[in-house]
Amino acid sequence: MKQFRTDLHIHTVLSPCGDLEMSPSNIVSLARNRGLDIIGITDHNSTKQCELVWKLGRSSGLTVIPGCEMTSREEVHCLGLFEDFDALRMFQSFLDRHLTLIPNKPLLFGYQLVVDEDENILEEVVNYLGASLDVSIEEIEQKVHELSGIFIPAHIDRPRNSLFSQLGFFPPELKVDSLQISKNSDEVAIRKKFMISDAITLVKFSDAHFSADLGKTYSIFEMEEATFDEIRKALHGADGRKCLIPTPSSL
Amino acid sequence: MKVFELVEELGLKVFSGHKGLDREISGGYVSDLLSDVMGNAQEAQVWITLQVHQNVMAIASLKDLAAVILVSNLEPQENTKQNSDEENIPILGTSLPAFEIAGKIYQAFNR
Repeated sequence: MKQFRTDLHIHTVLSPCGDLEMSPSNIVSLARNRGLDIIGITDHNSTKQCELVWKLGRSSGLTVIPGCEMTSREEVHCLGLFEDFDALRMFQSFLDRHLTLIPNKPLLFGYQLVVDEDENILEEVVNYLGASLDVSIEEIEQKVHELSGIFIPAHIDRPRNSLFSQLGFFPPELKVDSLQISKNSDEVAIRKKFMISDAITLVKFSDAHFSADLGKTYSIFEMEEATFDEIRKALHGADGRKCLIPTPSSL
Repeated sequence: MKVFELVEELGLKVFSGHKGLDREISGGYVSDLLSDVMGNAQEAQVWITLQVHQNVMAIASLKDLAAVILVSNLEPQENTKQNSDEENIPILGTSLPAFEIAGKIYQAFNR
């Protein structure tokens, strides 16, 4: 087994709250320089910047998993990650059907830009991507799984936009591949506080919106190779694969 | 005041949980964060919210609330209605937004 430093929750300039320095080229070079092996691109309610990051990653030896950070009707943030671009395109059309349409105000919420590898602006997304989808968290989870994706509720211990802040306790019908906890949280304390079963893997990712945050928070995935299937196995602790949260001293 | 009296007075829609319509109301609570309701709502209050998720009923039951009122013409999910019937806690509906229905209930209570 090998160890892979993995951060599956990263925003680009496409997210309204994503810093303008978070261009695809910059993300890939910073991720490489700071020792990450696998990254996930998860902008708010859009997947439009994933393919370029994936391309740039491929030519520099960085594994990039395309994805999205969705906002459910209950305003819970959750991550969807996909194996290929067919699935991603189908998920994008699901997002297009369900996003609540509110015109973005860039000066208030931030710019939402699709850029090319030289950081030229290709598109400015007009509808606010921080709005919620008009579907429940279960419907989103079912869509992600129907497309053979990975579903991970984001920063579950945060006092806003988290599974527990919005819904009080773990919804009985929800099927998760793991749960993401915030960077400074203690895994044991979180398990106890929210009564999370040991069968569910907890992971830490950066949720980076600024370049300074890239590389500081990750989980170590112990698996055979950097592929989507291996990532899913690691999240489920299958076939000896596993995810480890680095302790502060090992970071 | 009982739930059915509030329904009649304010013309609320009854989605489910009809067997709970004679519950006594102690007051009201307005919140869309279920974690907040778990911590701060009091027994026998009516809970005014726009959340329609199944967890709403589990929390209403945990806190022994008198009823849940969904605002702005929102409708409960199917499994939320089932839980309401099982727990005998009515889910009510109004076309009014939270501010206005809360104002009317407050007035009805403080006459």
